[in-house]
Amino acid sequence: MRILTGNDLKTGAVTWWTGSDWSLRVEDAVDVTGNEDEIALREEAARRVNVPYAIDAELDAGSARPAHIKDRVRALGPTVRLDLSLKPTDPDIGKWVI
Amino acid sequence: MYRYDSYDQAMVDARVEEFRDQCRRRLEGKLTEDQFKPLRLMNGLYLQLHAYMLRVAVPYGTLGGDQMRALADIAEKYDRGYGHFTTRQNIQYNWIKLEDAGDILADLASVEMHAIQTSGNCIRNISSDHFAGAAADELVDPRPYAELLRQWSSFHPEFAYLPRKFKIAVIASTTDRAAMKLHDIGIRIVERDGEQGGELGAQFYVGGGMGRTPMIAPCINEFVPLDRLITYAEACLRVYNRHGRRDNKYKARIKILVHELGAEEYTRQVDAEYAHMLDQGVEPPFAELERIRTFFADPEFRAADEASASNEPAKTASEPAFQRWVRRNTNPHKAPGYVSAVISLKPVGGIPGDATAEQMRLMADLAERYGFDELRVMHTQNIVLPHVHQSDLPAVWRALDGAGLSTPNLDQIGDIIACPGLDYCSLANARSIPVAQKISERFEASGKGEALGELKLKISGCINACGHHHAGHIGILGVDRKGVENYQLSLGGSEAEDTALAKITGPGFSEEGIVDAVETAADVYLRERTEGERFLDTYRRIGMTPFKEALYG
Repeated sequence: MRILTGNDLKTGAVTWWTGSDWSLRVEDAVDVTGNEDEIALREEAARRVNVPYAIDAELDAGSARPAHIKDRVRALGPTVRLDLSLKPTDPDIGKWVI
Repeated sequence: MYRYDSYDQAMVDARVEEFRDQCRRRLEGKLTEDQFKPLRLMNGLYLQLHAYMLRVAVPYGTLGGDQMRALADIAEKYDRGYGHFTTRQNIQYNWIKLEDAGDILADLASVEMHAIQTSGNCIRNISSDHFAGAAADELVDPRPYAELLRQWSSFHPEFAYLPRKFKIAVIASTTDRAAMKLHDIGIRIVERDGEQGGELGAQFYVGGGMGRTPMIAPCINEFVPLDRLITYAEACLRVYNRHGRRDNKYKARIKILVHELGAEEYTRQVDAEYAHMLDQGVEPPFAELERIRTFFADPEFRAADEASASNEPAKTASEPAFQRWVRRNTNPHKAPGYVSAVISLKPVGGIPGDATAEQMRLMADLAERYGFDELRVMHTQNIVLPHVHQSDLPAVWRALDGAGLSTPNLDQIGDIIACPGLDYCSLANARSIPVAQKISERFEASGKGEALGELKLKISGCINACGHHHAGHIGILGVDRKGVENYQLSLGGSEAEDTALAKITGPGFSEEGIVDAVETAADVYLRERTEGERFLDTYRRIGMTPFKEALYG
């Protein structure tokens, strides 16, 4: 599957296209295969996202897991500061990244 | 240290307002990202893996207590309570909001700081010896020359769009603590013909660098008179600006030009340009250099035998942990009774170069109370109190120890340089920090760190080499191998006066495997070393073969 990501214009936070909006949670990302360019152009023009681009992902327990480690680190936060990640209380989240 | 005059302040204040307006227009949609990107990069604002990242310039690594305190305030007010000191003596923040960028720059300007020329194809922040103005072995303080170069290069229109970024380092001792020969231009202040008390001049090394094509800069001029320093530097830049490649960013650094032309031909062209420029009034008045020098006058050092005014109990001086820290983390000072004290940002298992706002404030307090209000950022990602009276060391150590800043590991295997790597950097291919953490923990647990003595280990998460892996006694380069992190090991590098580029040992290792491999290499050294040999000396004597046999045999 292909999922669409970018950064929030104001905060720079990593965001994911949910089909109708942008979410901080990669689990909310939907498959955009075939439509990625159109959505990216439209959303960037509306300033709802900064520099969007599509990446490869796979379904993992029903939600999107980016195929490449760089995108997984990007989705979670720094692996060396899990307290700053999106899931600071999940003891196993490091395994999801690596 | 240098303080802004009204021109400096006006320039920086104007830039703040200009960038504030550019940010506003971006947020209102009047600038596209393509239009805005070069503008934000001119102000040190990157878009990194997780958020905007702001890199703040610390000129030649020197800052005062008020500036360190302002950096702490920014970390707390606009970021997530910490900052990361970099391998170019700067600091960067990882979680900046675009809407705050103008306010942050204004806060920086209020303490004579900015983020200009920390990105883009311009002359970047000038770096220098972190013990400048204090080291017992220096000829003179190199910072006035670094400051003159800073003023010359700031907003210089001719050098705003170079073929590629351009880094300059200035030192003034035979010991190189600034990786001078691995810069685009490295300058060493010397005496003419090496004669003690002779005329001072500048030795120019041009065309060094790390990155994907590491090169050691050749010396192209043994002696440039100091009243021609800027003219000669400008001649070097002009030849580069004229002939440096702009068609391929991987071949655009000056090192490629010097290599392809040959040092002799490059020098000939620089000399011709220099001769052409001599009567054009490029050089600033020598009085300006003299004015700058006054800012770097020695503080009023106390007598060597004067007692400390602190309340630290006398017994602290006899504590083994304190004595080990003094042995390891202090450097000889030119003034009797003084040392330079290194504040370690490398706790065992910690993130190299990170400091919390509270730690920054403590460092500022200590500088103000015990160090003539001066601090230095080391390119090895530690902080220096350059002038500490020996009687004050127990009080300084006690305060640092209470804040996790007293790890006694300067230049040892735990004192690892590591770039942010894949945990923060969008260019990285692999994580650097977890590898650094595991290595420091491994050697702390085994107790071998002290026995190994000087062993400089440097880790980069990609070929851009921000972690200086080419110059490590042991270097590690993280690569992406079909989506999996892999680590190449290299041995024998040095960024000191005996500059050398490390050689790759062979096939790479997994994340766990690289930690074992480093220990294996360290064990070969412990087995093979002779009396007084450092790791690097042993490697140079016995060569790569015994290490390869142990690693892959």
